[in-house]
Amino acid sequence: MNDLHSAVAQAISLVAAADPTLAQIVLLSLRVSLTAVLLAALVGLPLGALLAVARFPGRGAVVAMLNALMGLPPVVAGLLIYLLLSRAGPLGALGLLFTPTAMIIAQAVLVAPILAALTRQVMEGLWEEYAEQLRSFGASPARAVPTLLWDGRFALLTVLLAGFGRASAEVGAVMIVGGNIEGFTRVMTTAIALETSKGDLPLALALGLVLMTIVLAVNALAQGLRDRGLRLA
Amino acid sequence: MRAPDAILPLRAEGLGFAAGGVAVLHDVSLTLAAGPPTLILGPNGAGKSVLLRLLHGLLAPSAGAVRWGGPAADPRRHQAMVFQRPVLLRRSVLANLRYPLALAGLDRAEQDRRAAEALALVGLAPLADRPARKLSGGEQQRLALARAAALRPEVLFLDEPCASLDPAATGAVEQIIQALAARGTKLVMTTHDLGQARRLAGEIAFLHRGRLLEHTPAARFFAGPATAEAAAFLRGELIW
Amino acid sequence: MLRRLLLLALLASPLPLAAQDRHITVASTTSTEQSGLFGHILPIFTRETGITVRVVALGTGQALDVGRRGDADVVFVHDRVAEQRFVTEGHGLARQHVMFNDFVIVGPEGDPAGITGSRDTAAALKRIAEANAPFISRGDRSGTHAAELRLWQQAGVDPATGRGGWYREIGQGMGPTLNTAAAQGAYALTDRGTWLSFRNRQGLGIVVEGDARLFNQYGVMLVNPQRHPHVKQAEGQRFIDWITSPAGQAAIAGYKINGEQLFFPNAAQAEPGG
Repeated sequence: MNDLHSAVAQAISLVAAADPTLAQIVLLSLRVSLTAVLLAALVGLPLGALLAVARFPGRGAVVAMLNALMGLPPVVAGLLIYLLLSRAGPLGALGLLFTPTAMIIAQAVLVAPILAALTRQVMEGLWEEYAEQLRSFGASPARAVPTLLWDGRFALLTVLLAGFGRASAEVGAVMIVGGNIEGFTRVMTTAIALETSKGDLPLALALGLVLMTIVLAVNALAQGLRDRGLRLA
Repeated sequence: MRAPDAILPLRAEGLGFAAGGVAVLHDVSLTLAAGPPTLILGPNGAGKSVLLRLLHGLLAPSAGAVRWGGPAADPRRHQAMVFQRPVLLRRSVLANLRYPLALAGLDRAEQDRRAAEALALVGLAPLADRPARKLSGGEQQRLALARAAALRPEVLFLDEPCASLDPAATGAVEQIIQALAARGTKLVMTTHDLGQARRLAGEIAFLHRGRLLEHTPAARFFAGPATAEAAAFLRGELIW
Repeated sequence: MLRRLLLLALLASPLPLAAQDRHITVASTTSTEQSGLFGHILPIFTRETGITVRVVALGTGQALDVGRRGDADVVFVHDRVAEQRFVTEGHGLARQHVMFNDFVIVGPEGDPAGITGSRDTAAALKRIAEANAPFISRGDRSGTHAAELRLWQQAGVDPATGRGGWYREIGQGMGPTLNTAAAQGAYALTDRGTWLSFRNRQGLGIVVEGDARLFNQYGVMLVNPQRHPHVKQAEGQRFIDWITSPAGQAAIAGYKINGEQLFFPNAAQAEPGG
């Protein structure tokens, strides 16, 4: 109980002090995870919508694979990206290992299947409603994809939030490809892992509370946008 | 003289359709030419909606073929369809009107011109900026009609467009339909409402259990149907 | 709406952080990072040279792997045998002594093996094994893990026989090992630096220290630029030169927790054959 108390107190004082180190870690966390979700969305949303409208041999296998990839352990994604980006790996010449860019790539790989699979589910419902009308207009399935994405934009906001939740909560991938370098690749989750291993459990928990607050704030912001949008459309 | 982009006459040749092994349409052959509205009449389950979708090309027949006899290269571009439940995009009224026009490759100015004209036709001009799905049921169906009309189709398919509407909204929709017919648009419409058929029809195609039993001018059909099934239907008896 | 969210993400990601043009990556161990040593000495180095140091803290084995793959410019670890092999295999250039600290054995309050105050590591470990008292091993190929295995060998005990029972390998860093030992009332081998900065001790305390066999030497080496041309040779060498220079050595000696010095510089002692 004492540890919990002290964690809450420490979380409040960390935020109140506007500790620059903490601020940098928070900003990097947001930058990495939001950019990763954005990149993953550029691939995952159209892919998910296309899977909802297109019928082709092997579609079932693709859908099953996406659903399975939703459970990809972050450490595995991290290792894959590590081996790709390592100087000894195929993309080593880029020198990206142990940089925020590497972390963004790893999280994007982790999040893209989630976005694609969830988008497919959301879009399938919408496609059921729209299919006849759009075909009557002469829209091809490929042309239907942007239409569905735009008309499903508020449902997709929830999908994006699910992706953001996964990205901001994972530690395995960013730890491996980022290296948890102080002042450069240290984010909320790796900082929490570090403080835990140093045995400073109250500080670790305090950081955890700050992380949860940030994630909550992002969710509330998105929810607000969604509600406002729904009233207007 | 027919316009070079005309698609009529429409010939259905021995159309059959089966879904999940169950035949719902058998050997339907008919020719639809330019002229007054064709009403496809029949009890529920007769296959009216399926026939309409086959003619429009939304379904592929399991037997027979649909042939457009006019000189137009791409008949699909000259037809449109309005559904029983209007499928409106989650956008503004105006954006709903523009969407198919943009798909058809019209420039922005032409889209706006046609949208304005269609809005005036259905009396929705003041609601142009409203979210389409916040409109009432009758307004939604009028918007769906406006959207189809803006495409300036030669043939407009209507699948029970008033089935979910109250009498006032039905009246408004019928008025628009008649205006379109007067403009020269060939209407092909399903209904199970005899009164509506009497008000709108130029000719009747009577379907029963997936078969086309009659295809005659409306006046003759209502004066004395040739088949016992049609006669029973006109008397308001339950037939199936 | 959506677009605004995307814009936010874009705004939040202007790519490079400012003023990081001159930097090196050092693969090092959790003990140096987590004890706070780097936090103390690196700002001094950066102030003097303008070179930023990015420390990736791993177990010694992993840190050497990172060097082997060319993903770091400098390796700074503590496992002389593995370091020598790293150099002879051509992955690194001349290894140099930097400093030492010492290991201690920590144990629970009740001290079920009865070894508190002992200065004979071999005897103490033997007693732990005989008493079947729980012992948490890093089990992660780290320098500390390698040292622990050598100590068991000197004690004539094969800890593998205790697997599934009193000998528990967790495959994690020093901190998690201490957390586990504290939670399970077990013994563990730890470097003194991590121990001193470790907070979650519960009943844990030092039971064995001061044995010469608990000596823990740190070495530094440049990753071979012949093998990995992108290695920042000049900056990396600058770091090695500094940390083994009087200024760097003084910075190491100056790092204290509660008035206690954690690391003892000894770069002056030449490494034979290094």
